[in-house]
Amino acid sequence: MSVIDTTPSVVLVLAIGVLFAAGVYLLLERSLTRVLLGFILMGNGANLLFLVAGGRAGGAPIIGETPEGEMSDPLVQAMVLTAIVITLGITAFVLAMAYRSWQLHGHDEVQDDLEDRRVARHAARNAPAFEDADTEESGASLDDEAAEVRDETDGDGDGVTDGQEPDATADGPAGAPAPDARPDDRRPRDGKEPR
Amino acid sequence: MSLTAAALVPLPVVLPLVAAGLALALWRHPRAQRLITVAALALVLAAAVGLLVAADSGPIVVDVGGWAAPVGIDLVADRLSALMLVVSSFVMLCVLLYSLAQGVADGDEEAPVAIYHPTFMVLAAGVFNAFLSGDLFNLYVGFEIFLAASYVLLTLGGTGERIRAGSIYVVVALLSSIVFLVAIALTYAATGTVNLAQLSERYAEIEPGMALTIQLLLLLAFGIKAAIFPLSAWLPDSYPTAPAPVTAVFAGLLTKVGVYAIIRTQTLLFPEGSVVDDVLMWLALLTMVVGILGAVAQNDIKRLLSFTLVSHIGYMIFGIALASEPGMAAAIFYVVHHITVQTTLFLVVGLVERRGGSTSLDRLGGLARLAPGLAILFFIPAMNLAGIPPLSGFLGKVGLLEEGVAQGTPLTWALVVGSVVTSLLTLYAIVKAWNKAFWQTAPVEIPADARLPRGMVGPATALVAFGLALTVVAGPLYAYTERAATTLLDGHTYVDAVFPGDSDRGQGESNEVAEDETGTEPVTGGEDG
Repeated sequence: MSVIDTTPSVVLVLAIGVLFAAGVYLLLERSLTRVLLGFILMGNGANLLFLVAGGRAGGAPIIGETPEGEMSDPLVQAMVLTAIVITLGITAFVLAMAYRSWQLHGHDEVQDDLEDRRVARHAARNAPAFEDADTEESGASLDDEAAEVRDETDGDGDGVTDGQEPDATADGPAGAPAPDARPDDRRPRDGKEPR
Repeated sequence: MSLTAAALVPLPVVLPLVAAGLALALWRHPRAQRLITVAALALVLAAAVGLLVAADSGPIVVDVGGWAAPVGIDLVADRLSALMLVVSSFVMLCVLLYSLAQGVADGDEEAPVAIYHPTFMVLAAGVFNAFLSGDLFNLYVGFEIFLAASYVLLTLGGTGERIRAGSIYVVVALLSSIVFLVAIALTYAATGTVNLAQLSERYAEIEPGMALTIQLLLLLAFGIKAAIFPLSAWLPDSYPTAPAPVTAVFAGLLTKVGVYAIIRTQTLLFPEGSVVDDVLMWLALLTMVVGILGAVAQNDIKRLLSFTLVSHIGYMIFGIALASEPGMAAAIFYVVHHITVQTTLFLVVGLVERRGGSTSLDRLGGLARLAPGLAILFFIPAMNLAGIPPLSGFLGKVGLLEEGVAQGTPLTWALVVGSVVTSLLTLYAIVKAWNKAFWQTAPVEIPADARLPRGMVGPATALVAFGLALTVVAGPLYAYTERAATTLLDGHTYVDAVFPGDSDRGQGESNEVAEDETGTEPVTGGEDG
């Protein structure tokens, strides 16, 4: 590589800084349109960065038109052109997506994941994440549970069975916290929880 | 390196792109669309197998358009690229057949919508381009091609839930693209080239601080795509909402393209071990543990699998961070195993959703009795994912653990313990899903007489069989990945192949430029615009 003057222009460097700062600020917004604007600003900042990377500006890089020593670097221009084309396509797509979001919801804000929040709420309550008939805890202690388990020598046959019938265990000793908590836990699982 | 082998290299990129154009033009003829896309992927698979054999005797380099390497773009198929091509093209072919059958079964002749086939082909072209690219900017273009296609596939149909998931996915992907672009710009400013082979020679000469900055920026960009821990939150949010085949191909391939890019840049551009390897170790540990703890908390199979996907990326990063031949070989083997098993599981879960009407563990149950075949299809890849011997997941993990123990630093020991714990927790999460969906009494009545379309079960079965075949041929395959790791880490095979005979030019035409180096030719990136 020949040594070309690579000292960047202060104006370009400042412009890149401003574009990136504004772009990052807009990316942190909730509205998809603002996020898109932030992306465009940052994309243009990156494009300017390429121009700086190419060294000083020179003449058009066409043999016969500009002396070879005074040509500007055409490679960065090719790369910037590619990046611009890609940004254009993506911009069109995100605009379409924002419009669709506006059609469906009346706004274009990026929403939270409901399932995520549901799992987080369960974790905060320390409630089981799903119903598990096999590991249902019925009594306060193993002794309580043992008293409920069907005894084969019992003879009458209609004794209380194991965890297959969770309702039967609800008659367990008072003070066991688990049965009281159950009805509340079941409600959100129907998917009708309020937003 | 024969002439025929070189002719195979561009095919994985060209064929899907041509097929995409044809499929778009023939959108009124779904049957023709199906024929073209399946044929294109089958041909790519054949070409990839050819490359796999040919690349074993040295990397195959093609200077696109006859322009010599650092001036023009080069495509390089070495052992790693060829292996990735074979696995990914086979997986994509199976997913395509599955989605075709799904469309036919749902009575929708334009299955699922007319845009699906062309977009799927574009996705394939982008992924294959990323695997073959010997040029940093062309790698970026490959990323953008498959990302743009993935935006469309993820928001297919434009329902509220998919638009929500798509917004998150698109915004995160856009950010990673910008970071990647900035890294390329800095690279060009520091070295004056974007050709990977030339960069490999020049990075050693530039200021270490600048090299470290660029390395971290590249890792950040690829890390977002690969879903490494602090950058992984977008994945379980967005993947589960897409249709089953789309989620399957995303989960199998897109994160692995990120992993591939990390392997390629780490080995080729930054071969000297540094503090970055230690950082990667910590990230690998956190990815594994945080990911699997997330999976344990879920009660939707699709979300659970998305979290295991994040978690198991940690194993591959572990292998890369070990920065030794056995570690890298195990990482490559693990990538191959994980592409297969994760895609299979998502396809099977698509079948489960069809059979049981839901993917929520609260609504499923008793499927082992109702659909025993489906239960087997789920059980085998699930055990493979958890790493039960003798399946391929176990072999990959053992390779990683052995090398971790052999290196014996406190950090690698921590990783070894973390890997084992993660493996156990994976087993726990998977067995929980198995118990709920297949064994427990169904909480909601599931119809007993429904039949699954044979066209959907077929490809899923083929993938399960492929996963088992990975175990059967594990010996030769592992030997292949070891040879791949050797050439990756010896630091000269790749560069010698691109610039034969100690020259600094590839094999194409570049007489004018070779004499006068004042201007760099505008070829790179030009054809992509």
